[in-house]
Amino acid sequence: MELPVASAATASLQCSFLPRHGLLGALGHAGRERRCIKKVLPAKITAKFELKPPPYPLNALEPVMSQETLEYHWGKHHRAYVDNLNRQIEGTDLEEKSLEDIIDTSYNKGDILPAFNNAAQVWNHDFFWESIKPGGGGVPSGDLLRLIERDFGSFPKFVDQFKKAAATQFGSGWAWLAYKANRLNVGNAINPCPSEEDKKLVIVKSPNAVNPLIWDYHPLLAIDVWEHAYFLDFQIRRHEYISMFMDKLVSWEAVSFKLEQAKAQVAEREREDERKRRGEEEETFTPSEATTEEIYPVSDADADAL
Amino acid sequence: MDSSSTGSAKIPLKFELKPPPYPLNALEPVMSERTLEFHWGKHHRTYVDNLNKQISGTNLEGKSLEDVIVASYNNGDTLPTFNNAAQVWNHDFFWECMKPGGGGVPLGDLYHMIDRDFGSFQNFSDQFKKAAATQFGSGWAWLIYENEKLKIAQSPNAVNPLVWNTVPLLTIDVWEHAYYLDYQNRRPDYISVFMDQLVSWDAVSSKLEQAKTGNIAEKHA
Repeated sequence: MELPVASAATASLQCSFLPRHGLLGALGHAGRERRCIKKVLPAKITAKFELKPPPYPLNALEPVMSQETLEYHWGKHHRAYVDNLNRQIEGTDLEEKSLEDIIDTSYNKGDILPAFNNAAQVWNHDFFWESIKPGGGGVPSGDLLRLIERDFGSFPKFVDQFKKAAATQFGSGWAWLAYKANRLNVGNAINPCPSEEDKKLVIVKSPNAVNPLIWDYHPLLAIDVWEHAYFLDFQIRRHEYISMFMDKLVSWEAVSFKLEQAKAQVAEREREDERKRRGEEEETFTPSEATTEEIYPVSDADADAL
Repeated sequence: MDSSSTGSAKIPLKFELKPPPYPLNALEPVMSERTLEFHWGKHHRTYVDNLNKQISGTNLEGKSLEDVIVASYNNGDTLPTFNNAAQVWNHDFFWECMKPGGGGVPLGDLYHMIDRDFGSFQNFSDQFKKAAATQFGSGWAWLIYENEKLKIAQSPNAVNPLVWNTVPLLTIDVWEHAYYLDYQNRRPDYISVFMDQLVSWDAVSSKLEQAKTGNIAEKHA
């Protein structure tokens, strides 16, 4: 989310008192732009990431997710990822990049660079807090529900699959609902049969810090299944945590909003691809000056032939 | 309790949950009874129960735990039983690595080898702590014996040195469940306390002697 630089510090303070979605609506597309404070020091400009607060007070998810958990999970774990990332990127060429660009660069096609874990975990946790809300749960509606029913058969089937992904991610990691846009991005080959049905909702799980951005998917919903996310409240009972997450925490409004954003981004990409394709076609087709429409007068001889 | 077959002794078809060699409250206040109740009583027990369910009626039934681990590691393309089997083994090993009133420094041959292979006990301790602290996500840090040398290793999730064909001598569990109730996010504190007050150098020395005399090698043969 692009925050005005001058008021970045106060804006993040105000975030906890404003309805997050309203703020997002006002400022447009969230999550993909870098949010940063530029500190102007005598000899050097540094840009640092901030620890973004959840869009609700730390006790707002009680009794399902305790304040104690939020104090540790957000106040210690998430904060440490932010602080460590800032230390890692200081003075490097990553310093001026957006968070998503840092993730992409440091993922390094799987041969991850040191900044990846911290950068991805900052992003993942920002996203996680936005995925839940006090009094969450219930069922989605509108286009989101339609796509869930189309791609999973029914909402209960989706829930079962999502819970299973979250329960079976061995060790630390995440489970996701994501929007996968079908892009055949092979050089100059365009998907010959693009259609709305190709753009699907998918459930994926990932280890440690990995997230669906690296697969060029659009994340819509995340559940953190690192043990630190649920150990204080549920100890070993991960299944119970996952059920409570679905029944009482998930913010379907946030998921719907991210779906709309994803669809808009995909549409924009397609327009861009089309513009590029047209641009390339115009370049390859260069009509020469000598070409004129040739006229073949019909002679009497032709008339005889007919 | 599982063991390799010797003579006509048969390997039981089901693995048992082996208790730690001390009462669950014996590591207080460094590692709380509550942690042991969950970590051993729930996590470790679940790995045992799930493993038994998975191998029942399969050709893994009747194999030693270590054979199940190696077979299901499957050169890295792990089969479903690997995680449970390895975690059963890892936790058996972990409880044995600690004792009430542990810590201090090792003696005898173990001390000499640490000195030789790491420069000093302090160097070893620093490197071991660093391995434990930097294992991102869930996993373990190890002191291992390989080609008559001591080395430090770290592994993710359920992986252990048996799959690298090396001999584990010491481990620390750095899955969050191992320390969250007592230390929350303060993993470095947990690691320091483990080294200062929990590690059983007697157990580590004993495993070193086994490794040197080739007892472990024979077990695998």
